[in-house]
Amino acid sequence: MEQLVYKKPDAIRDDFRITFCPGCDHGVAVKLVAEVIDELGVREDTIGIASVGCSVFSYDFFNVDIVEAAHGRSLAVATGVKRTKPDRVVFTYQGDGDLASIGLAETIHAMTRGEKVTAICINNTTYGMTGGQAGPTTLLGQVTTTTTKGRQAELSGYPLKICEILKEVDGTAFVARVTLDSPQAIMNAKKCIKKAFEAQLKGLGTGFVEILSTCPTNWKMTPQESHARVRGEMSEVFKPGIYKDKVSEVV
Amino acid sequence: MGRIVINRDRCKACYLCVDACPNKVLEADETVNTLGYYPVKVNAEKNCVGCTVCARVCPDIAIEKVYR
Repeated sequence: MEQLVYKKPDAIRDDFRITFCPGCDHGVAVKLVAEVIDELGVREDTIGIASVGCSVFSYDFFNVDIVEAAHGRSLAVATGVKRTKPDRVVFTYQGDGDLASIGLAETIHAMTRGEKVTAICINNTTYGMTGGQAGPTTLLGQVTTTTTKGRQAELSGYPLKICEILKEVDGTAFVARVTLDSPQAIMNAKKCIKKAFEAQLKGLGTGFVEILSTCPTNWKMTPQESHARVRGEMSEVFKPGIYKDKVSEVV
Repeated sequence: MGRIVINRDRCKACYLCVDACPNKVLEADETVNTLGYYPVKVNAEKNCVGCTVCARVCPDIAIEKVYR
Protein backbone atom coordinates (compact mmCIF):
# COMPACT_ATOMS: atom_id res chain seq x y z
CA MET A 1 0.00 0.00 0.00
CA GLU A 2 1.45 3.34 -1.12
CA GLN A 3 1.83 6.02 1.51
CA LEU A 4 2.26 9.73 0.95
CA VAL A 5 5.58 10.61 2.61
CA TYR A 6 6.13 14.12 1.30
CA LYS A 7 3.93 16.86 -0.11
CA LYS A 8 3.94 20.59 -0.61
CA PRO A 9 3.58 22.28 2.81
CA ASP A 10 0.14 23.74 3.61
CA ALA A 11 1.82 27.03 4.49
CA ILE A 12 2.68 27.42 0.80
CA ARG A 13 -0.25 28.74 -1.20
CA ASP A 14 -1.94 26.38 -3.65
CA ASP A 15 -1.52 28.92 -6.46
CA PHE A 16 2.07 29.74 -5.45
CA ARG A 17 4.46 31.27 -7.90
CA ILE A 18 8.15 30.82 -7.12
CA THR A 19 9.68 33.96 -8.56
CA PHE A 20 13.32 33.09 -7.99
CA CYS A 21 15.95 32.24 -10.59
CA PRO A 22 16.66 28.58 -11.41
CA GLY A 23 18.64 26.85 -8.68
CA CYS A 24 18.33 29.68 -6.15
CA ASP A 25 18.33 28.48 -2.54
CA HIS A 26 15.60 30.98 -1.68
CA GLY A 27 13.02 28.42 -2.80
CA VAL A 28 14.34 25.82 -0.37
CA ALA A 29 14.47 28.35 2.47
CA VAL A 30 10.86 29.38 1.85
CA LYS A 31 9.81 25.75 1.85
CA LEU A 32 11.64 25.04 5.13
CA VAL A 33 9.96 27.98 6.86
CA ALA A 34 6.59 26.76 5.56
CA GLU A 35 7.28 23.20 6.76
CA VAL A 36 8.20 24.48 10.22
CA ILE A 37 5.01 26.58 10.39
CA ASP A 38 3.04 23.46 9.45
CA GLU A 39 4.81 21.26 12.01
CA LEU A 40 4.24 23.75 14.80
CA GLY A 41 0.58 23.96 13.78
CA VAL A 42 0.55 27.75 13.87
CA ARG A 43 -0.34 28.56 10.26
CA GLU A 44 -3.64 30.25 11.15
CA ASP A 45 -1.93 32.41 13.76
CA THR A 46 1.15 33.42 11.83
CA ILE A 47 1.89 36.84 10.40
CA GLY A 48 4.90 37.20 8.13
CA ILE A 49 6.77 40.40 7.40
CA ALA A 50 8.13 40.63 3.88
CA SER A 51 11.13 42.76 3.09
CA VAL A 52 12.61 44.37 0.03
CA GLY A 53 14.88 42.25 -2.12
CA CYS A 54 14.32 38.92 -3.81
CA SER A 55 12.18 38.01 -0.78
CA VAL A 56 9.72 40.80 -1.62
CA PHE A 57 7.20 38.42 -3.19
CA SER A 58 6.66 36.46 0.04
CA TYR A 59 2.91 37.01 -0.30
CA ASP A 60 3.02 35.07 -3.58
CA PHE A 61 3.99 31.84 -1.86
CA PHE A 62 3.39 31.94 1.91
CA ASN A 63 -0.15 30.92 2.82
CA VAL A 64 -0.16 33.22 5.87
CA ASP A 65 -0.95 36.89 6.37
CA ILE A 66 1.94 39.03 5.15
CA VAL A 67 2.78 42.66 5.84
CA GLU A 68 5.13 44.35 3.41
CA ALA A 69 7.71 46.54 5.11
CA ALA A 70 9.86 49.35 3.74
CA HIS A 71 13.44 48.44 2.88
CA GLY A 72 15.22 47.20 5.99
CA ARG A 73 12.35 47.95 8.36
CA SER A 74 10.92 44.43 8.63
CA LEU A 75 11.91 43.95 12.27
CA ALA A 76 10.50 47.38 13.18
CA VAL A 77 7.20 46.39 11.56
CA ALA A 78 7.41 42.98 13.24
CA THR A 79 7.81 44.74 16.60
CA GLY A 80 4.60 46.66 16.01
CA VAL A 81 2.66 43.63 14.83
CA LYS A 82 3.84 41.46 17.73
CA ARG A 83 3.11 44.11 20.38
CA THR A 84 -0.40 44.74 19.13
CA LYS A 85 -1.11 41.04 18.61
CA PRO A 86 1.07 39.22 21.16
CA ASP A 87 -0.75 35.92 20.66
CA ARG A 88 0.36 35.71 17.03
CA VAL A 89 3.51 34.12 15.66
CA VAL A 90 5.47 36.78 13.81
CA PHE A 91 8.41 36.16 11.52
CA THR A 92 10.42 38.22 9.07
CA TYR A 93 11.95 36.88 5.88
CA GLN A 94 14.79 39.12 4.74
CA GLY A 95 17.92 39.18 2.65
CA ASP A 96 21.34 40.26 3.88
CA GLY A 97 21.14 43.63 2.15
CA ASP A 98 17.84 44.28 3.90
CA LEU A 99 18.66 42.94 7.37
CA ALA A 100 22.37 43.70 7.61
CA SER A 101 22.83 46.85 5.57
CA ILE A 102 19.96 49.30 5.37
CA GLY A 103 18.10 47.70 8.28
CA LEU A 104 21.01 46.99 10.62
CA ALA A 105 19.84 49.56 13.18
CA GLU A 106 16.31 48.15 13.22
CA THR A 107 17.68 44.62 13.44
CA ILE A 108 20.00 45.25 16.36
CA HIS A 109 17.52 47.38 18.29
CA ALA A 110 14.63 44.96 17.83
CA MET A 111 16.86 42.16 19.08
CA THR A 112 18.26 44.28 21.92
CA ARG A 113 14.68 44.78 23.06
CA GLY A 114 14.30 41.00 22.83
CA GLU A 115 11.19 41.19 20.68
CA LYS A 116 9.46 37.81 20.61
CA VAL A 117 9.75 37.40 16.86
CA THR A 118 11.70 35.20 14.48
CA ALA A 119 14.01 36.61 11.83
CA ILE A 120 15.19 34.57 8.85
CA CYS A 121 18.05 36.12 6.88
CA ILE A 122 19.16 34.89 3.48
CA ASN A 123 22.85 35.69 3.04
CA ASN A 124 23.94 35.41 -0.60
CA THR A 125 26.81 37.95 -0.40
CA THR A 126 25.22 40.25 -2.98
CA TYR A 127 22.19 42.37 -3.80
CA GLY A 128 20.46 39.78 -5.97
CA MET A 129 17.28 41.58 -6.94
CA THR A 130 18.92 44.74 -8.26
CA GLY A 131 21.50 42.96 -10.36
CA GLY A 132 24.39 41.82 -8.20
CA GLN A 133 25.88 44.88 -6.52
CA ALA A 134 28.22 44.54 -3.54
CA GLY A 135 26.39 44.10 -0.26
CA PRO A 136 27.55 44.21 3.36
CA THR A 137 28.38 40.51 3.28
CA THR A 138 30.28 40.52 -0.02
CA LEU A 139 33.51 38.58 0.47
CA LEU A 140 36.93 40.15 0.03
CA GLY A 141 38.01 39.73 -3.57
CA GLN A 142 34.49 38.96 -4.77
CA VAL A 143 33.68 40.54 -8.12
CA THR A 144 30.30 42.25 -8.30
CA THR A 145 28.90 44.96 -10.55
CA THR A 146 30.09 47.63 -8.08
CA THR A 147 33.38 45.97 -7.13
CA THR A 148 34.61 45.11 -10.60
CA LYS A 149 38.17 44.37 -9.41
CA GLY A 150 36.98 42.41 -6.40
CA ARG A 151 36.07 43.80 -2.98
CA GLN A 152 39.07 45.46 -1.38
CA ALA A 153 39.20 46.05 2.36
CA GLU A 154 40.91 49.47 2.00
CA LEU A 155 38.13 50.75 -0.22
CA SER A 156 34.95 49.04 0.89
CA GLY A 157 35.75 47.36 4.18
CA TYR A 158 35.25 43.82 5.37
CA PRO A 159 32.27 41.47 5.09
CA LEU A 160 29.79 41.90 7.95
CA LYS A 161 29.38 38.80 10.12
CA ILE A 162 25.79 38.96 11.24
CA CYS A 163 25.65 35.96 13.58
CA GLU A 164 28.83 36.98 15.40
CA ILE A 165 27.28 40.39 16.11
CA LEU A 166 23.81 39.19 17.06
CA LYS A 167 24.99 36.48 19.47
CA GLU A 168 26.37 39.28 21.65
CA VAL A 169 23.00 41.01 21.74
CA ASP A 170 21.27 40.15 25.02
CA GLY A 171 17.75 39.91 23.62
CA THR A 172 18.42 37.05 21.23
CA ALA A 173 17.51 33.54 22.37
CA PHE A 174 18.65 31.57 19.34
CA VAL A 175 21.28 32.52 16.77
CA ALA A 176 22.48 30.08 14.12
CA ARG A 177 24.06 30.05 10.70
CA VAL A 178 23.13 27.23 8.34
CA THR A 179 23.68 26.23 4.73
CA LEU A 180 21.45 24.53 2.16
CA ASP A 181 24.12 22.93 0.00
CA SER A 182 23.22 19.26 0.66
CA PRO A 183 20.21 17.23 1.82
CA GLN A 184 21.84 16.84 5.24
CA ALA A 185 22.43 20.58 5.51
CA ILE A 186 18.81 21.22 4.55
CA MET A 187 17.58 18.93 7.36
CA ASN A 188 19.89 20.70 9.82
CA ALA A 189 18.66 24.10 8.60
CA LYS A 190 15.09 23.04 9.24
CA LYS A 191 15.91 22.06 12.84
CA CYS A 192 17.50 25.47 13.40
CA ILE A 193 14.55 27.34 11.89
CA LYS A 194 12.22 25.36 14.15
CA LYS A 195 14.25 26.34 17.19
CA ALA A 196 14.15 29.98 16.11
CA PHE A 197 10.35 29.76 16.09
CA GLU A 198 10.34 27.93 19.44
CA ALA A 199 12.40 30.77 20.94
CA GLN A 200 9.49 33.05 20.13
CA LEU A 201 6.76 30.59 21.18
CA LYS A 202 8.43 30.02 24.56
CA GLY A 203 8.80 33.78 25.04
CA LEU A 204 12.57 33.62 25.41
CA GLY A 205 13.46 36.36 22.96
CA THR A 206 14.31 36.78 19.32
CA GLY A 207 15.11 33.75 17.20
CA PHE A 208 17.50 34.34 14.34
CA VAL A 209 18.73 32.08 11.55
CA GLU A 210 21.17 33.22 8.88
CA ILE A 211 21.00 30.99 5.82
CA LEU A 212 24.04 30.91 3.54
CA SER A 213 22.32 30.91 0.19
CA THR A 214 23.32 30.90 -3.44
CA CYS A 215 22.77 33.45 -6.19
CA PRO A 216 23.66 31.51 -9.37
CA THR A 217 22.52 34.33 -11.67
CA ASN A 218 24.66 37.10 -10.19
CA TRP A 219 27.56 34.86 -9.25
CA LYS A 220 27.48 33.68 -12.88
CA MET A 221 27.76 30.05 -11.81
CA THR A 222 25.68 26.92 -12.19
CA PRO A 223 23.59 25.92 -9.14
CA GLN A 224 26.07 23.10 -8.54
CA GLU A 225 29.10 25.44 -8.66
CA SER A 226 27.25 27.86 -6.38
CA HIS A 227 26.81 25.17 -3.75
CA ALA A 228 30.52 24.38 -4.02
CA ARG A 229 31.23 28.07 -3.33
CA VAL A 230 28.97 28.01 -0.27
CA ARG A 231 30.82 24.95 1.02
CA GLY A 232 34.19 26.48 0.20
CA GLU A 233 35.02 30.16 0.44
CA MET A 234 31.73 31.28 1.98
CA SER A 235 31.80 28.75 4.83
CA GLU A 236 35.41 29.71 5.57
CA VAL A 237 34.44 33.31 6.29
CA PHE A 238 30.90 32.72 7.55
CA LYS A 239 31.32 29.66 9.74
CA PRO A 240 28.09 27.65 9.99
CA GLY A 241 26.95 26.56 13.42
CA ILE A 242 24.76 27.38 16.39
CA TYR A 243 26.06 30.55 18.02
CA LYS A 244 23.55 30.88 20.82
CA ASP A 245 20.87 28.51 22.04
CA LYS A 246 18.73 29.38 25.03
CA VAL A 247 15.91 27.20 23.66
CA SER A 248 17.59 23.88 24.50
CA GLU A 249 18.44 25.11 28.02
CA VAL A 250 14.72 25.48 28.80
CA VAL A 251 12.96 22.13 29.07
CA MET B 1 9.52 0.99 -4.11
CA GLY B 2 8.69 4.66 -4.31
CA ARG B 3 7.03 7.04 -6.66
CA ILE B 4 7.28 10.82 -7.18
CA VAL B 5 4.90 13.29 -8.81
CA ILE B 6 6.66 15.99 -10.85
CA ASN B 7 4.87 19.13 -12.00
CA ARG B 8 6.99 19.58 -15.11
CA ASP B 9 5.75 23.12 -15.76
CA ARG B 10 7.18 24.31 -12.43
CA CYS B 11 10.66 22.90 -13.06
CA LYS B 12 13.36 25.45 -13.91
CA ALA B 13 15.99 22.86 -14.81
CA CYS B 14 18.55 23.47 -12.05
CA TYR B 15 18.99 19.67 -11.83
CA LEU B 16 19.88 19.79 -8.13
CA CYS B 17 17.53 16.82 -7.70
CA VAL B 18 19.37 14.85 -10.39
CA ASP B 19 22.61 15.25 -8.43
CA ALA B 20 20.97 14.63 -5.06
CA CYS B 21 19.12 11.42 -5.96
CA PRO B 22 21.09 8.52 -4.46
CA ASN B 23 19.72 6.02 -7.02
CA LYS B 24 20.00 8.13 -10.21
CA VAL B 25 16.27 7.97 -10.86
CA LEU B 26 15.98 11.39 -12.50
CA GLU B 27 17.26 12.85 -15.76
CA ALA B 28 16.62 15.82 -18.04
CA ASP B 29 13.70 15.61 -20.46
CA GLU B 30 14.25 16.16 -24.20
CA THR B 31 11.22 18.43 -24.62
CA VAL B 32 10.78 21.91 -23.15
CA ASN B 33 8.06 22.88 -20.68
CA THR B 34 5.87 26.01 -20.74
CA LEU B 35 8.63 28.01 -19.02
CA GLY B 36 11.09 27.08 -21.79
CA TYR B 37 13.30 24.80 -19.69
CA TYR B 38 14.15 21.13 -20.13
CA PRO B 39 12.50 19.79 -16.97
CA VAL B 40 13.48 16.65 -15.06
CA LYS B 41 11.69 13.42 -15.67
CA VAL B 42 11.71 10.01 -14.04
CA ASN B 43 14.11 7.75 -15.85
CA ALA B 44 14.20 4.61 -13.73
CA GLU B 45 11.16 4.49 -11.47
CA LYS B 46 11.92 0.97 -10.36
CA ASN B 47 15.01 2.32 -8.56
CA CYS B 48 13.07 4.95 -6.60
CA VAL B 49 12.86 4.21 -2.87
CA GLY B 50 10.81 7.28 -1.93
CA CYS B 51 13.57 8.84 0.18
CA THR B 52 12.15 12.39 -0.47
CA VAL B 53 15.64 13.85 -1.03
CA CYS B 54 14.76 15.15 -4.52
CA ALA B 55 11.65 16.91 -3.21
CA ARG B 56 13.57 18.49 -0.33
CA VAL B 57 16.35 19.94 -2.50
CA CYS B 58 13.94 21.24 -5.19
CA PRO B 59 13.84 25.06 -4.93
CA ASP B 60 10.72 25.33 -7.09
CA ILE B 61 8.51 22.75 -5.34
CA ALA B 62 8.20 21.05 -8.73
CA ILE B 63 8.38 17.63 -7.07
CA GLU B 64 5.03 17.91 -5.38
CA LYS B 65 4.44 14.51 -3.88
CA VAL B 66 6.50 11.50 -2.87
CA TYR B 67 4.94 8.10 -2.19
CA ARG B 68 6.60 5.12 -0.60
